[in-house]
This record gives sequence, structure tokens and C-alpha cells, in this order.
Amino acid sequence: MENGISTITQIIPPNFYLILSSLLFCIGIIGVLIRRNIIVVFMSIELMLNASNLLMVAFSSYRSDGAAQVFVFFSMVVAAAEVAVGLAIIVMIYRNIHSIDIKELSKLKW
Amino acid sequence: MNQLIIFILLLPFLGFIINGLGAKKISRNLAGIIGSGTVLASFILSVVAFNGILQGSLPSSPVSLFTWIEAGNLRIPFSFLVDRLSVLMMMIITGVGFLIHVYSIGYMKEDEGFGKYFSYLNLFTFSMLLLVMGSNFVVMFIGWEGVGLCSYLLIGFWFKNNAYNNAASKAFIMNRIGDLGFLLGIFLIYHTFGTLEYSAVFEKAKMLPSGDSTLLWITLFLFIGATGKSAQIPLYTWLPDAMAGPTPVSALIHAATMVTAGIYMIVRSNIMFTLAPFTMGIISIVGLLTALTAALIAISQTDIKKVLAYSTVSQLGYMFLALGVGGYSAAMFHLMTHAFFKALLFLGAGSVIHAMSGEQDIRNMGGLKKYTPITFITFFTACLAISGIPPFSGFFSKDEILAHVYASNPILWIFAVIGAMMTAFYMFRLLYLVFYRDFKGSDKQLSHLHESPYVMTIPLIVLAILSFAGGFINIPESLGGTAAFKHYLDPILEASNQMHSSINELSHQAEYVLMAISICVVVLSILFARQKYYVRGEEPAMEKENLPMMVRLTRNKFYIDEIYEALVVKPIHLFGDFLLRVIEKLGIDRLVNGIGNSVIFSSKNARLLQTGNTGFYLFAMVFGIIIILLFNLIR
Repeated sequence: MENGISTITQIIPPNFYLILSSLLFCIGIIGVLIRRNIIVVFMSIELMLNASNLLMVAFSSYRSDGAAQVFVFFSMVVAAAEVAVGLAIIVMIYRNIHSIDIKELSKLKW
Repeated sequence: MNQLIIFILLLPFLGFIINGLGAKKISRNLAGIIGSGTVLASFILSVVAFNGILQGSLPSSPVSLFTWIEAGNLRIPFSFLVDRLSVLMMMIITGVGFLIHVYSIGYMKEDEGFGKYFSYLNLFTFSMLLLVMGSNFVVMFIGWEGVGLCSYLLIGFWFKNNAYNNAASKAFIMNRIGDLGFLLGIFLIYHTFGTLEYSAVFEKAKMLPSGDSTLLWITLFLFIGATGKSAQIPLYTWLPDAMAGPTPVSALIHAATMVTAGIYMIVRSNIMFTLAPFTMGIISIVGLLTALTAALIAISQTDIKKVLAYSTVSQLGYMFLALGVGGYSAAMFHLMTHAFFKALLFLGAGSVIHAMSGEQDIRNMGGLKKYTPITFITFFTACLAISGIPPFSGFFSKDEILAHVYASNPILWIFAVIGAMMTAFYMFRLLYLVFYRDFKGSDKQLSHLHESPYVMTIPLIVLAILSFAGGFINIPESLGGTAAFKHYLDPILEASNQMHSSINELSHQAEYVLMAISICVVVLSILFARQKYYVRGEEPAMEKENLPMMVRLTRNKFYIDEIYEALVVKPIHLFGDFLLRVIEKLGIDRLVNGIGNSVIFSSKNARLLQTGNTGFYLFAMVFGIIIILLFNLIR
């Protein structure tokens, strides 16, 4: 229990966490870039958010610093609020153009 | 006593403010009364001050109003010096000025800008008083510029006429050239002596040796200033053109007072000039050349005011000649008598022009003697005075100048006498053409001919008396007088007189001979003019006729204006044109427009990036972040 790091955490080296959250983040990016369905894009954004949350929690645990965990709670609350607003926008988009294809939303240009 | 001095200055300024602000509201009579009344009050106060100085009750130290500029070692108080020299100028300015103000009430009666006219005249009187009353060079310079401004405003008084505006601009620009010289002189004085107060500067200048090179430059620069204001070669061409202004203005500003500012300035700084013999040589030569050239031009002019204008230039040349040979008091004396008779000549010419309903060409005049008797008699008096017929005032002043010149250099004297001869000739040519033989104008003008009202003739009569009697205050010792005027100025010229004491002393016999010669020459010249223009009744040739070479040259003022046009104005215009076409149009315009065009071009293309495609935006964002991350990594 030296430095206050729990044994279960010590078993898994920090690189694993890093690689996992990087993977999740990249999957999120790729999803945002290549998918045309707004809902999937939205989900990919959430995935990226959670990848960073995961990283924050992991480091918090390694450094025995609770601040980052509090941060993560905040970030989750914000994400929930953001999801509520985002989904509402998506619903409105669908009502207006009867589609949730991102390519259809190209009127704001030049 | 101090308040008195300030009131002399403030009264005309008050008149300027009242007439200037109320130009449209104040009635004509009131504007005239305010305009002349303030100057009259100043005149009375000046006489009181003069009396105080004679009796020694007025201190001759400067009266300081307040400290105007204070920075480091530089300290310039707004202070006034009323001593023997400046009080003399003050009396001339306010006295002659008052008469001209009164005359203007009659002359400008019909003019719509009556109130404005009087406010300008009062402003001029104020500036001119400032010029002569200042106790340091900076206050003098304010007045110097102030009179230049008023001169500009009054030459272009009838601003709807474009030619008059051009004349005004010409006068202003020519004066600026001179003013630059004056300003450089002031800078140099400060640099050398560390002060600008007259008393301190002259005290220090006295210590320098004669021919000192700094003094040479100072005096040369000051003289350049004087040539601009006092219309000497090479900057004299503005004065004849300045005749565009109303005639009383020509009398006040361009004959009696403003143009004598240069002479006042040199007499004021006489010690510095005395110690710079080289500058003195230049002054006498420039003065003589100006006197002769202008007199030659005056002989063949056909515009009554132009003749008088060139005559003024010529007489100013005489004054500079006197200054150049060290005859400071003679120059001041001639300045004073000239103020009387030249103001009289101009006012007489104004009366003639008034009678002729605006006609100025002497070829259309003639025979005015019986229609305008008072004008004729006064004009005749002035002609006798300017020609130097004893005992008129011009005789004494001109004779004193000639005596000084002879004592200094007999060759200059010969030319000066030739100038005096020409003066008499052109004045009597003018007199015979205007007042004698038959009337040559149109019938309409003939029916309108009349003597001017009293408000105009009374100033003429007063000036005529002054022109006649003005010389008696300085009857030379050789004629049994006391040379009172000369001794009056002695305290001012003390230091210079000490250096000149050995020369300038002619025997009485020599003076009699000189007087006799100049009187003979002048009388002969008058008789010649009488023979030519009265007995034989010759007319000045019209423009179209084939004129002899000399007449054509002088009629066209030796083409000096054209030469200046070709040498200075044209190149400046060409240079300006070059700047416009090449530097401005091709350089600056292209640069400025190029910057604008490139912004328009690049933004026109850059906005195409905004495709409206969300996926593209996202891609750009991610790509950007990656670039930033990579950049951080490399760094």
C-alpha cells in the first residue's frame, strides 16, 4: 500500500489504460469523421468524452489524488446535459428535413 | 502709466472684436465710429506716452504683462517697450491710421462688408502696434505675422474676384519667404545670445567685434525678413499686386505702415547692423537697385494705383539705402514723412477713383482739376512733397538721406539723385495726366464726376498739412534748424553713432551744394514732365501700339513677374505635377489599392472553404488538432 495505490491498480500497468483510452478516442474520431448518421456521430462524440474520463480516473487512482475523480463526475453531469440538448436538436432537425443524414445539412455556406 | 500702454494696444483689439462679432448686427455708422474711435483713443494715449517720454516721466524699461513661454533657459515674457523709437511708430500708426479709418467711412459706404472691413482694419492696427511695441523679437514676430495676415485678408477683401484672391495669396507667400528669413534670424539670435529681449541682446551684441561672422548671418537673415515685408528686391513683386485691395487699405498697409516694418526692425537692431558692414553694403545696394528699378517701372505704368505702388517700393528702397549707409535717423525721418505724403497720395487716388466710378486707368482721366478741387490741391501738395521741393516735408527727409549717402559713397549718391529725378518725373506725369487738360473718359463718367464728401476730404486736408509741415521737425543745422528729430532718436542710436561719429560729417557748404543739385535736377525733371504731358499733351501709349524697347520693358515691369513665373512657379508646378502623376498615382495609390485588392482577392477565395458540409468541418478540425499535436511533439 505504499503511496496509497491500491494493489488491484498496481497489477495493471498504466500503459494499458493509456492504450485503451487512446483506442476508444480514435474509434470516436473515426466514427465522427466517417459516419453520416447524426445519432452515430453523437454517440462517437460521447465515446471520446468517456475515453478521456477513463484516463482521468486511471491517473487519479495512480496518483492517489481525488480531485480528478470529482472532475469526472462534473464531466459526466455536463455530458448528460449536453446529450439532452443534443438529442433535442437532432429531433428538431429530423422534424424539419425528415432525415438525420449529416450531408443534408449544408445550407450554411459562403 | 503701465495701464496706459496696455490700453493703447487693447483698444483697437476691442474694436476688432466688437466689429468682428457684430459685423452683421451693428449699423454702419456705429461700426465706423467704433473702428475710428478706438484708433483715435489709441492715438491720444500714444501722444500722452510721447509726452511722458519727453518729460522723462515714463520709464523706458519694458512693461511685462505675463510670462508667456518658459522652458529651460528660454524665457519669453509678453512685454512691451515704449521708448523714443516705438512711440514714434505708434503715433504714425494710430495717427495716420485714424485719418484713414475716417476716410474709409466715406470710401466704403456702399460696400456690403462694411463691418468686416473695419474689424480687419482694427486688427491690423492692433498687430502693427504689437509689432512696434514688443520688447523682444518674439512679440515683434507675432505682430509681424499678424500684419501679414491682415494684409492678406484686406488685399483679398473683395474675395469674389479671383484675380484679387491670387494677389492676396501672392502677397502672403512672398511674405512667408521673408518671414522664414526673419525666423531663422531670431533662432540664430537666441542661439548666439541666449535671450531674445532687445536690451539684453543689444547689450551683448555691443561687445562683439565689427565684422563678426555670426552677426553677419543674423543681420542677413533679418534683412531677408525685411525684404519680404518691406517689398525690396527680390521679394517686391507682391506690393504692386496688393493694390487689389480697397484703396484706403493700400494707403494704410501698403504705403504708410506695414511695409515700413522692415525699416523699423533694422533701426531697432541698429547696433547689430552697424557691426556687420558687409550686410550694410548689401542693404544699400539692394535699396538703391530697388529704388531705381521701381522708379523706372513707375514711369510707364498706366494704372493710377500701380504708379503709386511702384513709387512706394522706390521710396522704401531709399529708406533701405539710408539704412545701408548708417543713416538710421534719416531712414526713420523719411519713413514718417513718406507715411504722410504717400498715404495722402493713395487717399487722393482713392478720391479720384471714387469720382471716376471705379476707373483706375489714367489714360481715361484728365481735367479733374475743376471737378475735384480739394483732391487736386492735396494731391499736388503730396507730389511736391515726394519730389522734394522745399519747404515740403519730402525735401528735408530726402535731402538728409542724400547727404548721408554722399558722405558714405558719392557714386551711390549720383544714382540716388537720378532716382529722385525719376520720382519727380513720374509723380508729375501722373498729376498732369489725371488733373490737367481735357477729360478723356466716357460721358457717363463725366456726368458722375464729383468731389468726395467731407468725411473723405478732411483726412486729405489734414494729411496735406502734415505733408507740408512734417519736415519742419528736422530742419538740418546747415539751414539754421536744430535737427530736433535726429537728436530725439539719439538715445536709440547711441552705440551706432559712436562708431559712425567720424564719418557722416559734411561741411555746410557741401550740404548746400548737394541740396542745390538735387533741387535743380528735380525742378528740371518736373518741367520736363510738364512740357511732355501738359504743354504737348502726350498720351501714354496704348498696349496695342508698337512701343519702343524701353517703354515696353518698363510697362511690363521688366518681365520680373514672368521671370519668377518661369524660374520658380513653373518648376514648382512641374514638380508638383510629377509628384501627382508618378509618386501619387503610380506609387502611393497603387500600394494602397494593391493592399485593398489583395485582401479582397484572398478573402474571395478563402470564403470558398466554408462549404456547409459538416463532415468537412469536422475533418478540418481533427486535422488541425493533429497538426498542432505533431508540432508540439516535434518541438
